Amino acid sequence: MHTIIESSAVGKKFGKTQALKNISFSVKESEIFGFIGPDGAGKTTLFRIITTLLLPDEGEIRVLGHDATKEFKALRKRIGYMPGRFSLYQDLSVEENLNFYATVFGTTVKENYELISDIYSHIEPFKKRLAGKLSGGMKQKLALSCALIHKPDLLVLDEPTTGVDAVSRSEFWEMLKKLKNYNITIIVSTPYMDEAMRCDRVALIQGGKLLITDTPQQIRKGFTKKLFSVRASEKYELINALRSYPGIYTAYPFGDSVHVTFKNDRFEDSLIGLLNNRGIKNLKISEMEAGIEDRFLELMEPDN
Amino acid sequence: MAETVISVQNLVKKFGSFTANDNLNFEVFSGEIFGFLGANGAGKTTAIRILSGLSQPTSGKVIVAGYDASLQPEKIKRQIGYMCQKFSLYEDLTVRENITLYGGIYEMSRIQINERTEELLKRLNFQEFGDRLISDLPLGLKQKLAFSVAILHKPKIVFLDEPTGGVDPITRRQFWEMIYETAANGITVFVTTHYMDEAEYCDRISIMNEGRIVALDTPENLKNRYDAKSVEEVFVKIARPSISFSGSQTDKNSLP
Repeated sequence: MHTIIESSAVGKKFGKTQALKNISFSVKESEIFGFIGPDGAGKTTLFRIITTLLLPDEGEIRVLGHDATKEFKALRKRIGYMPGRFSLYQDLSVEENLNFYATVFGTTVKENYELISDIYSHIEPFKKRLAGKLSGGMKQKLALSCALIHKPDLLVLDEPTTGVDAVSRSEFWEMLKKLKNYNITIIVSTPYMDEAMRCDRVALIQGGKLLITDTPQQIRKGFTKKLFSVRASEKYELINALRSYPGIYTAYPFGDSVHVTFKNDRFEDSLIGLLNNRGIKNLKISEMEAGIEDRFLELMEPDN
Repeated sequence: MAETVISVQNLVKKFGSFTANDNLNFEVFSGEIFGFLGANGAGKTTAIRILSGLSQPTSGKVIVAGYDASLQPEKIKRQIGYMCQKFSLYEDLTVRENITLYGGIYEMSRIQINERTEELLKRLNFQEFGDRLISDLPLGLKQKLAFSVAILHKPKIVFLDEPTGGVDPITRRQFWEMIYETAANGITVFVTTHYMDEAEYCDRISIMNEGRIVALDTPENLKNRYDAKSVEEVFVKIARPSISFSGSQTDKNSLP
């Protein structure tokens, strides 16, 4: 399998801010590769380097066999980029936007229609509508259609699902999966951990550094401790009570439960006594498998 | 039993021939963390504008913090706080200046503002940031400050719009702990979000679809009822509009 992106020790500074530091990873052909990290982690900076819109200060980056710092003309023709901000012409119609992008890349909508038909068919009934008047989910589908219309080898999606509702998000990921059949490699960024499981491989990024790169399953398995889920009717009291117990290593709220690890890495029965004494009601405790977010939290702890 | 702070009976809101809220009925209690969910265009924003006194119902009875939304919207505005994802803080004012501004808007006395400012800075471990511009603060700190400012005047209800979007997992949890603490102190926290993992943190959630509430229960009960592992699964099962990708977005009016 070909390597589509090869990044070695890439670094980028903006003034005093180190936006990216020592970024090394490789992306293989037809992969869906996710960059998962909070706002300000460096995801957009990295994507701008990959798409030749920004030069790194350090390191080397090769994309589709080209040096991304030099051969930008050849590269840009082969990349489809959907930036984080809606980048289409708001005062052009759906159809006009699509035709415009096709023309810029020297092709026609007809030539590559097969590739976008699945996505575009959802918005085609509204093709005369101005892009600025579309709903969030429809804008996203139009932006994806425009990024795909020249049949790129690499599709770069910067936070494509931010601000989009759960139903549309789920449909969006189904569409990405189908694009694999056309040998299109996809890199996608998101601040949302639950989207990591939809990728073939992910890199967790924080403060300009990659914390780990692997399949989502392997990242979860990398969690080093025994993890317990603790539930009770009063969450705030539960968290405070857990924190007051000296044997606890970490206690993080996760939805309706608290995920707990112990310094000795085994469940201590005396914790139940303490929680009962504190008047915690409807206590439910079970051992559980770690998720991606548990591992991300573990990697962010100061010892790591 | 906890006090009812929001009571909505047969709420209907129409824009011309379009019914944005179609006979909503629900109650929210003091100290509750209530999640208000729905796809784009489901009618959430319309309902929140009514609950916060910015818009009046076409028909039905809405009581918020003891005041009628049709008759006393100005009184409601004084009893609520609001924080949105894009922050309600002024980037070119300092932390202290922002706090003073909001205290002034809510007609707090100078003495009260000074007291609460010191209290707030101490509680957030923010003393060293007091004279910094908001634009110089990291995202996580801004978010915590925005939330603290939204509850500076000790409102009965605080509305949060995607409160933890985009922050790292640790900051996110610190933020939820602040929300829990606020709720434990009796303030109702009303959360709207597109992110179903945020919904998992709420005591109860409602899901809207095409102007109606189609589900309202604890996350656990909903997951059991719809045989789902997550709220996300529940949402995808029941919040799908009957005509997908219909019309333009009606949910575009955001609160100021």
